[in-house]
Amino acid sequence: MQSLPPLPERPLHPYELVSYTGRKFAQTFHIFCRGCGYGAIGQLLCRVFKDQNLDETLYPFVVGVGCYSAIPLVLPGRALMTPHGRTLAVATGIKLANPKLTPICIAGDGDNLAIGTNHFMQACRRNIGIALIMLHNNIYGMTGGQVSPTTPIGMHASTATYGYLEDEFDPVALALTAGASYVARWTTAHARQFIKSVKKALQWKGFSFIDMISQCPTYFGRHNDMAEPVDVFNWIKSNSITLEKAKDLSEDELKGKFVIGEFRETLRKELSDKYIELIKEVRSRSK
Amino acid sequence: MAENSYEYDMPSKSYVWMGNEAMVEGALAAGCRFFAGYPITPQNEVPERMSVRLPQLGGVFIQMEDEMASISAVVGASFAGLKAMTSTSGPGFSLMQEVMSWASSIEVPMVVADVQRTGPGAGIVNLPHHSDIIQAHYGGNGEYPVIAYAPSSCQELFDFTIDAFNDAETWRTPVVIFSDSLLGHIHEKVVVPPKKKLDQHVIPRKLATYEEDGITPLPRNKYYTFTNYDKKANIYKISIPPNIATDYFPEWLPAVTHSPQSIASEYQEAAELEVYTLNSKFGESVIKTQEYFIEDADIALVCYGLPFRSALRAVKLAREEGIKAGLFRLVTVWPFARKAVQELSQKVKKLLVPEINIGQILIWIEAAVEDGTIVEGIPSISRLHTPKELLDKIKEVAP
Repeated sequence: MQSLPPLPERPLHPYELVSYTGRKFAQTFHIFCRGCGYGAIGQLLCRVFKDQNLDETLYPFVVGVGCYSAIPLVLPGRALMTPHGRTLAVATGIKLANPKLTPICIAGDGDNLAIGTNHFMQACRRNIGIALIMLHNNIYGMTGGQVSPTTPIGMHASTATYGYLEDEFDPVALALTAGASYVARWTTAHARQFIKSVKKALQWKGFSFIDMISQCPTYFGRHNDMAEPVDVFNWIKSNSITLEKAKDLSEDELKGKFVIGEFRETLRKELSDKYIELIKEVRSRSK
Repeated sequence: MAENSYEYDMPSKSYVWMGNEAMVEGALAAGCRFFAGYPITPQNEVPERMSVRLPQLGGVFIQMEDEMASISAVVGASFAGLKAMTSTSGPGFSLMQEVMSWASSIEVPMVVADVQRTGPGAGIVNLPHHSDIIQAHYGGNGEYPVIAYAPSSCQELFDFTIDAFNDAETWRTPVVIFSDSLLGHIHEKVVVPPKKKLDQHVIPRKLATYEEDGITPLPRNKYYTFTNYDKKANIYKISIPPNIATDYFPEWLPAVTHSPQSIASEYQEAAELEVYTLNSKFGESVIKTQEYFIEDADIALVCYGLPFRSALRAVKLAREEGIKAGLFRLVTVWPFARKAVQELSQKVKKLLVPEINIGQILIWIEAAVEDGTIVEGIPSISRLHTPKELLDKIKEVAP
């Protein structure tokens, strides 16, 4: 009987060295479904850390609850998993207590636009130095494919067997209105742009928000006649439209499209910087 | 603002402080440098004073968008290396239960002050009511322990808040301080101890890079993220909380059931180990009680928090009239002093339990006493018992 080949002593791929499983097991496996975009996103984040030679202790991950709760297995650095929806609130505490850190929040569309919407809007308003990467797959994957606030109208899910009646949330419009200083949206079909955006977000002085659209073939695809992983991927890709092209289109033409690009890059004073100044002023006054 | 933190600056002398202010000063003296809160009557003086005092000491005050966010931010700040607290009242405390459960499971040192008011619902905002006693222990999902202090004066609010922070650091657990809207708003003398005494008393936040002695470096592979049970010695080793900005923070600190090395697990054995470890790690060693005139007493009053003051007066008056009354006080309501109450019930014939609620600790006392001891609650809704009421009750049941 043929025996399995021995595990390589060192990871073969340079990007494997930074990931959790790469360091522990010399492998880059993840536990996501066949065709899920989250493994790819984890790998892209590993590339950012490797390419930029980032100090892992300065960029802690704060992860919410969803399928991506297991993403620390592929992520570099340290990760704190929080209760459902509270990622940004926990990261606010981390950032204010130690302003040298830049917490990277990984939240989902259910996490960030349903149970934790308030924290999302307040973090945008506060302009606190956190990078939020929202994994947006239009569905609650971990619990079995229920509708999320981003499920497009008329689409199907396990709690919308006859089609979803409600209009979807536009997280980018919400972030812009609430005052986030860096806002971008990419999809898993735009890996290079996403990497560039993450690099920018990690160095950004203020709140940065990246809406990352990802495919969920297991639930979103299956409920919507896109059973093959590549079908959902292609659906996202064909519905994506760049910001430049979208400018010429009317609102009706943009319905159901994912407008991608960088929506805002306006520097505003960051909260923990302001707080350090406040402490200095109060200390000098009391002397 | 870990590196900008300054030492406590109040000179050692007596002050007249409101209860809520005394609690703030106690927290600052204990080294609290992060406060996140949300306005709710009757605890508003706490965030108000914190917002003035924390920047003076290089600390951070932030008013969050709700109670869940406040307590979540406190967890984050605690992992980032600051001693942190939040305060709220009953309706906010029920919102915080989600994170209380999580924070207990991942063993975050932090302090939550509950300035209680009347319930249920919005209730009456400015009347005292010890309505959250059971909630503090059993409010969240899952089984987790809690340490809860019940001060009865402004001086105790100052002192017990320091004790609460010390317990949080020692046992790596959220600690609750039970105040109420009456205690929070009375003005009393508070003596701030000399700096030397404070320094000796306060337990500082340790760094997870050293062994317990603070000198020997601890290798990363020998570091346990959570409390681990040493089967041979039958002891629980409380490890130092990991700072998120160091290598000692685990690659993945899960909110789900985990092993002491912070490996997420779905096995029954892991759940068993975690639940038993959490619930037995401090055992009875954190329980604090006080006894007054118990040696020869026939009747004993058992109380905590504000009713202690009325009860002490009533017992003294009863003694003047020749009734052998005693007083047993639960300084820490949780963990419940089951053994001490059982021993008490062997000494005395009758136990009276004055509480500002319909009897939340009463059921625990009834379960703990020996057969034949009569236990009677003295409930009071949203009002502190007067000493005369308690004296009349003592006279009524006196042999």
